[in-house]
Amino acid sequence: MEAILFYTLAAILVLFAVLTVLARNPVRSAVYLISALIAVAGLFLLQKAEFVAAVQILVYVGGIMVLFLFVIMLVSVREVIGQPKTNRQTKTAVVLAAVLCVELVFFLSTGASLFEDAEPGPAVIEQVQTLNTESVGTLLYTTYLLPFEIASVLLLVAIVGAVVLAKKTI
Amino acid sequence: MITPTHYLVLSALVFTIGVVGVLTRRNVIIIFMSIELMLNSVNLNLIAFSDQLNKFGGQVFAIFVITVAAAEAAVGLGIVIALFRNKETVNADEMDLLKW
Repeated sequence: MEAILFYTLAAILVLFAVLTVLARNPVRSAVYLISALIAVAGLFLLQKAEFVAAVQILVYVGGIMVLFLFVIMLVSVREVIGQPKTNRQTKTAVVLAAVLCVELVFFLSTGASLFEDAEPGPAVIEQVQTLNTESVGTLLYTTYLLPFEIASVLLLVAIVGAVVLAKKTI
Repeated sequence: MITPTHYLVLSALVFTIGVVGVLTRRNVIIIFMSIELMLNSVNLNLIAFSDQLNKFGGQVFAIFVITVAAAEAAVGLGIVIALFRNKETVNADEMDLLKW
């Protein structure tokens, strides 16, 4: 059952990722990317990461992609159609990316035994099934408190930066 | 049996697709979306190891990655709007003000 779900979601993810990159119209690209992100959220659920899956849907699909769609509507879509959609370095880029992919898969498959034999952490196994959100929240407010606060400052800076950049006159 | 290697290979595939998008497309907005794909493939890795090791650190880091992605998207799209207002284009190869 797990294998069926994994392969289905993986196929959906790869298909929509390819469509995102290939689509000529940015609006279609954004919709394909939303489907890919939902497939990623499904994969998170499959790995018992319910909180991250919910955050993925809320923040990515509900927030970031809506922002993308707004910007696509703001800058005109019409002039994009009819021009070449790729730039001059396409062939080199595809060859290099294929080399990168082969390299990654090769090293991942040769090194797989290293991390698959790693011992799972002790004791938290029953918590994994019941207390995912609580555990993540506790970790965020204890061990990772400083990064958490820095992330909120980063978001504040990003808000101010986005407003300043998008304003006509400062 | 689905092992972490399955997730890592899937993540490598999605990452490569994102790299192709960043390197080949002209439209800046689609380049941004390809970057989001790459960030998501990294998140898949983090969650896979979090599940494998039964530790929640990976999930916390995935949340941080999502936070940074949100900040990056906001600032990046602000830059796109500012560039579009000044240059009337969203094509990456026509934005060459810094080239001599």
